[in-house]
Amino acid sequence: MRFLTEYRDTEKLESLYGRISRLASGLPRLNLMEVCGTHTMTIGRAGLRRRLPENISLLSGPGCPVCVTPDSYLDAAIKLTERKNICLATFGDMMKVPGSQGNLEERQGSEIAVVYSPLEALEIARKTIKEVVFLAVGFETTAPSVASVVLTAAREKIKNFSLLVAHKLIPPAMACLLQDRKVKIDGFICPGHVSAIIGARPYRVIAERYHRPCVIAGFEILDVLQALVMLLVQFQEKRAAVEIQYSRCVQPAGNLRARHLMAEVFKVGDAEWRGMGVIPKSGLFLKKEYSEFDAVRRFSLQLVKSEKFTGCRCGDILKGLIAPPDCPCFGQSCTPARPKGPCMVSSEGACAAYYRYELLPGRGKWQKS
Amino acid sequence: MCLAVPMKLVEKKGEEGVVELAGVRRKIRLDLVDNVRVGDYLIVHAGFAIEKLNLKEAKKTLKLFQEIPAPGQK
Ligand code: SF4
Repeated sequence: MRFLTEYRDTEKLESLYGRISRLASGLPRLNLMEVCGTHTMTIGRAGLRRRLPENISLLSGPGCPVCVTPDSYLDAAIKLTERKNICLATFGDMMKVPGSQGNLEERQGSEIAVVYSPLEALEIARKTIKEVVFLAVGFETTAPSVASVVLTAAREKIKNFSLLVAHKLIPPAMACLLQDRKVKIDGFICPGHVSAIIGARPYRVIAERYHRPCVIAGFEILDVLQALVMLLVQFQEKRAAVEIQYSRCVQPAGNLRARHLMAEVFKVGDAEWRGMGVIPKSGLFLKKEYSEFDAVRRFSLQLVKSEKFTGCRCGDILKGLIAPPDCPCFGQSCTPARPKGPCMVSSEGACAAYYRYELLPGRGKWQKS
Repeated sequence: MCLAVPMKLVEKKGEEGVVELAGVRRKIRLDLVDNVRVGDYLIVHAGFAIEKLNLKEAKKTLKLFQEIPAPGQK
């Protein structure tokens, strides 16, 4: 057992496709959303969208941390690079995301370190007298690791380390989507690694109050197909529940230790999402006890909402209202090499995934549904 | 960004460990997981193990892929 190749077996793939089309016949038109950008990648790589029965559509959701980080955050980060004695540490994905005045990559001369882990950011702080600011973005998957690093920094009394926090929570965003009348989503493929932390429970309101079936899925293609089977079975049986396909990783209660760490360092508050506005109780913020690590406070930053209109329709895409090719900029003025919006920047963004996988020559041109 | 891959724990010392995938080794933190042992497969994200993979459940899922009932059945 290597926990990887076993879930890519092509023979099993075909029988799962067969099962999906048998289950789909007799069901009405269904829009299912894969919330997580990593699922979008798996689906793109496998060409799954083109192989689904006609009445089943897969929409990409807001589960790409970089894509939902608003302009105001990037503008604040860029402002920081203009100061002396500051070193910004960030996940690589953030480098190309446009704020209202350009992106981080264009900040030549300023000190920006691309890191794979918040641990590296702390390590930089230990070795320099400069102020190190870590751009703490990411969902529940990432927040516990960041919490652990904050605790280490507090324990070691590291004074030149702080965070610009924009951690976000997935279930409140899903509920927010369902409150928008324009949005038509019938069921969800829920993110596997977010759920490894939070478990199944936080999705129960989606199933119970909004009557939308939810299946927590793993990231290999067979996992995604099986999650689809499980969703279709729920539709067949006219029920809506939260089920776990990714049971090798996700426990019903999640990871208690990680959840405790997260709750020790962060408190929940309202947060701004790109294209979706402010969603109640959807963000994490440093608790008072750890506010010395808050870069907003330390550098008196202001996060100002920008009104600049760029023509980018990421917001509508994150809500599943349109597919990337419906954006007039898609593939024209907006490409992965010259992205206009964050959905094209991040490799997991819906626009980037469509550009890479759904438009390949010889694979048939993308057809609007 | 929530990409996280299964890697095998090959060394452990307190809250620090070394994982391996396809010959590549990497140092990680074990603060977020309980009761892990050398030989376990862990899901690693941003330098931390975020969960341990459960072998029994993994096999169950694989078996489910195989059990494809005849048409007409669920
Ligand atoms: S194609 Fe580009 S401009 Fe259009 S929504 Fe996607 S990222 Fe924004």
